[in-house]
Amino acid sequence: MGKRIDVSDLDIYYGDFLAVEKVTMVIEPRTVTALIGPSGCGKSTFLRSLNRMHEVIPGAHVEGKVVMDGQDIYGSDVDPVDVRRSIGMVFQRPNPFPTMSIAENVLAGQRLNNKRMRKAESEELVERSLRGANLWEEVKDRLGRPGSSLSGGQQQRLCIARAIAVQPQVLLMDEPCSALDPISTLAIEDLIGELKQDYTIVIVTHNMQQASRVSDETGFFNIAGTGKPGKLIEMADTTTMFSNPSQKATEDYVSGRFG
Amino acid sequence: MTEVRAPETATPPSPPVPSAPVRLGTRSLPRWAPLGAYAAGAAAAGALLLVTGFSLAGWVVLTALVGTVLLVGASRAVEGARKATDRLVTVLVTGAFLVALLPLVSVTYTVVSRGAARFDAQFFTYSMRGVVGEGGGAYHAIVGTLIITALATLISVPVGLLTAVYLVEYGRGQLARAIRFLIDVMSGIPSIVAGLFAFALFTLFLGPGARLGIMGAVALSVLMIPLVVRSTEEMLKLVPNELREASYALGVPKWLTIVRVVLRTAVAGIATGVTLAVARVIGETAPLLVTVGTTTSVNLNPFEGRMASLPTFSYFSFTQPGANPQFAVERAWTAALTLVILVMLFNLLARVISKVFSPKAR
Ligand SMILES: Nc1ncnc2c1ncn2[C@@H]1O[C@H](COP(=O)(O)OP(=O)(O)OP(=O)(O)O)[C@@H](O)[C@H]1O
Ligand SMILES: [Mg+2]
Repeated sequence: MGKRIDVSDLDIYYGDFLAVEKVTMVIEPRTVTALIGPSGCGKSTFLRSLNRMHEVIPGAHVEGKVVMDGQDIYGSDVDPVDVRRSIGMVFQRPNPFPTMSIAENVLAGQRLNNKRMRKAESEELVERSLRGANLWEEVKDRLGRPGSSLSGGQQQRLCIARAIAVQPQVLLMDEPCSALDPISTLAIEDLIGELKQDYTIVIVTHNMQQASRVSDETGFFNIAGTGKPGKLIEMADTTTMFSNPSQKATEDYVSGRFG
Repeated sequence: MTEVRAPETATPPSPPVPSAPVRLGTRSLPRWAPLGAYAAGAAAAGALLLVTGFSLAGWVVLTALVGTVLLVGASRAVEGARKATDRLVTVLVTGAFLVALLPLVSVTYTVVSRGAARFDAQFFTYSMRGVVGEGGGAYHAIVGTLIITALATLISVPVGLLTAVYLVEYGRGQLARAIRFLIDVMSGIPSIVAGLFAFALFTLFLGPGARLGIMGAVALSVLMIPLVVRSTEEMLKLVPNELREASYALGVPKWLTIVRVVLRTAVAGIATGVTLAVARVIGETAPLLVTVGTTTSVNLNPFEGRMASLPTFSYFSFTQPGANPQFAVERAWTAALTLVILVMLFNLLARVISKVFSPKAR
């Protein structure tokens, strides 16, 4: 598992508004790639275009190529539903399904797709996914309780468990820790470290320390001004980006001199 | 980028300025003040009316006026303007509530007291076939109402639900706006017009003079569909977009997301809306008069012949009571009571459904 993604000349639009311009980047398999940059520069927009969640918004569309495994995910014969099955996503705010129990939330990908599973099989999947998300010990005695009965950090890990239960190749995370306390944040950072054994991970974060702690590669997005499109300024391995970036803007941003 | 910059050094705190001690709370009227004010108001109003001639309604109104003036005046003098306004608004809100409650209590009382006389086993097990004068029942009307309403629900719920799903999940631009507008127009259609529409529609196929249960059901669904669309639309809009996105991100197709996430999350509210729509049309009389007519015997087939229903049963018992009017009028009241009870049962059902299906917090 874990696939390489090649993005080339990707323009991302909301209607007529060009939100992100000409992104070209390579996301290596089984690495953690962090995306950083000021608010509104299009990190979320770019991330959502990697699994075709972008086009869910009316009028939103992209131009360019995103190639995974030799196949352009924006190809005309590609079903976005299949793309999303192999490229999972964790959102900024935890969003467990309120009508489902903890176990049902983990199985949501299967259940909602009407996939039949034997009881033992689904129990095994629940345990494996919750262990994978470092949540098993905390919830194993109350799998039947609603997902919304968990704390925010637990809910976020539940959402991660739900995302990995469908066994994607790639996991996209949009500021997964921004609603969490430092301890839950650490738990999720540790989890990201473990998950990269199996998955390719792309994470958006506003936290420089977090980017430097968890990621192998870092991409810096920036925006020239309001109404202008966001751009990928620079992308390199994380140590280089934080110690010796080639662009002045990157250096200003990562060192906090930015305005 | 403000969030990565070190915070500006704050201005040094200014030296404390000595100030008058803060006073929390003011003098207030005793707890029994409202009671006292209205008791005094009642006495004053009573005395005044004894001079001019007593009437109960006048006394109640005068008591409310005088009592309120006393209470608010006293509050203004003792507690100050803000508390006095608070008391005035409390009085207005409570008063409005009581006024709204008045017709409800009055209707319930009238229907129960007059309908109780024939609220017996015979009423629920006998039809009016061959009954003149005493006895007889509304069994045929009760099953007629249930069948017609059930059919109307069967027609309206799929149409209404799918329309609402279209409007919320798919509809964009002109078409959606046109549909919304038509739904608005439809919800303003007088019920007799709905009846005439169904009558005209079936006349096209069956010729004039046809009276069928299904015609009534069609007429009722014309009234019911806009109610279902509107309530369902509101419920679907309440489902957070994040849940839809969460579902898409798991590789669930849109239609399954709608069925298994959106509708499932909103089902409690939808069920409540549908039940209230049923309760709203179950008492319709005019459209049934022109489409279904009435009859004195049991007819379980909505596709053949006239059918009785509770509202028309009640209506005809009043307007054409026959030889012994007293018995027919008693039956009419009991039919009305039965209708009220049915509506209440539907409301209870709506509560149970929404309890069972609503997302549980713990
Ligand atoms: N649904 C939308 N419709 C139209 N424009 C949008 C929409 N969502 C975002 N945008 C615009 O796209 C641009 C990029 O937004 P995006 O959410 O990707 O920023 P971001 O880098 O994730 O910011 P943040 O760090 O605050 O999350 C912004 O100019 C924003 O106004
Ligand atoms: Mg964002």
